[in-house]
Amino acid sequence: MTTITFPLSPSAQKEHATQEPAWVRWSLIGVALIFLTLFLFIPLISVFYEAFKKGSDVYFAAITDPDAVSAIQLTLTVAAIAVPLNLVFGVAAAWAIAKFEFRGKNLLITLIDLPFSVSPVVSGLIYVLVFGLQGWFGPWLAEHDMKIIFAVPGIVLATVFVTVPFIARELIPLMQAQGTEEEEAAVVLGASGWQTFYKVTLPNIKWGLLYGAILCNARAMGEFGAVSVVSGHIRGSTNTMPLHVEILYNEYNFAAAFAVASLLALLALVTLALKTLIEFRNQQHQQPRGHE
Amino acid sequence: MNTFKQHSILPGFNLALGFTLLYLSLIVLIPLSAAFIRTAELTWPEFWSVVTTPRVVASYRLTFGASFAAAVVNAVFGLLVAWVLVRYHFPGKKIVDALVDLPFALPTAVAGIALTALYAGNGWIGQHLEPLGIKVAFTPLGIFVALTFIGLPFVVRTVQPVLEDIESELEEAAATLGANRWQTFTRIIFPALFPALMTGFALAFARAIGEYGSVIFIAGNMPMISEITPLLIITKLEQYDYAGATALSVVMLVISFILLLIINLLQWWSRRRSIES
Repeated sequence: MTTITFPLSPSAQKEHATQEPAWVRWSLIGVALIFLTLFLFIPLISVFYEAFKKGSDVYFAAITDPDAVSAIQLTLTVAAIAVPLNLVFGVAAAWAIAKFEFRGKNLLITLIDLPFSVSPVVSGLIYVLVFGLQGWFGPWLAEHDMKIIFAVPGIVLATVFVTVPFIARELIPLMQAQGTEEEEAAVVLGASGWQTFYKVTLPNIKWGLLYGAILCNARAMGEFGAVSVVSGHIRGSTNTMPLHVEILYNEYNFAAAFAVASLLALLALVTLALKTLIEFRNQQHQQPRGHE
Repeated sequence: MNTFKQHSILPGFNLALGFTLLYLSLIVLIPLSAAFIRTAELTWPEFWSVVTTPRVVASYRLTFGASFAAAVVNAVFGLLVAWVLVRYHFPGKKIVDALVDLPFALPTAVAGIALTALYAGNGWIGQHLEPLGIKVAFTPLGIFVALTFIGLPFVVRTVQPVLEDIESELEEAAATLGANRWQTFTRIIFPALFPALMTGFALAFARAIGEYGSVIFIAGNMPMISEITPLLIITKLEQYDYAGATALSVVMLVISFILLLIINLLQWWSRRRSIES
């Protein structure tokens, strides 16, 4: 095994043939930590530092400002629509892909991943081309007094687009690894399709589902580029939290910008904590079963 | 039907696949096709002249150059971080491991303003670099910094599982045959990691090319100097130049699709390599 134990005194430790000398180990650890500190830890800390630099009064004034509150509400609303939609999609896609063999499966998996490789700006633009005033349905929507672009529906659509793959790509490998025997047994014993799903499949995939939903939610609440294109930036009405951060920042209201940003950074930290917790739980549950 | 799908006793295939295809079509495929169909309204010379003006070409050069440099740095340091996390023990390792994913979870706008504040002339890091004559914020160097932050987890997370799976027997055999650690690394470990490393590099590069939120705050956004292609698309949209914006986004889409193809090939290569070994 390659686990490394620290010697009580350097002389007590004999160099292992498949292990680097101690000075190499510590230099590599040092360089890696310096790199991570510069590029990860300091930026993270600076968000909270800048947010509280002018005192907690300024901080709480910034996050209770009516425009900030409306941005928080819009962000929560958008995530509350986008995440369940992609949850249903993810389960349906994973059921079809993982439990059945059919032609064109790999193409379908690639298509599901597609939004990950599209620039956020392009993700927003394509909805302008479909629903904008110059777009395919623009004139029809205008006639019927409906607005999608520069309104909340456009923000929801752009957010759904960028978060389509998250839950599906968590569930597909998980359900493929679990195979179909348990579901087949349930069906043979007379369970209906929905019973099989609720009583057999769902308990097996609930942690993967939660994992995907957490990542999906983080992206849905934090999306900037795509939402920026379709939002129209109307304060108090079509501004999400990331867009509100941008407006405050461009007005040189740095303390308020970082105050709202700190809420998003907190969301990121909670996301990482939950993610680590689920990973830890999964490891613990896999160990007793052993490797297959 | 029989040739399309293998028989199964499980229900729900038609419903699940039907819903998947409908949803994908409505949310992803039809809107994406809009970009191509609208661009087809331009003639080929019109399209070509829109996507090759000097300002646009300068933005390609910047976007690709900065993305490539950031992906190279991420490949080197990502490999190092993955190595340290898999092979060594040190205090706080679990927390460091969890925080590697921060760029995935932190909204890009937050990363953008944080990095700008740090690297500006009066920032924590910027004030030490400025006397040395190094300006980061509001220059192409700043774009490189933002893209390095954004791409950081990709290489770590693709290399890490492969490194965990390398069997210690191979290294022991190499040591028994008289190889030193450096030889074992360059001849045994590195070749095994290489496909995963390339996959991580390509993922970081692809992500960097489309990145917008973290870059625009730190870039300074000066035409010809520090203006990335996604920003140029927004600029054209704000000027109601829909044809120009659409043509540019088609260029970006085609590049993304080519990169996606390369990434899929790399992953296939990586999987095959791990099965062989």
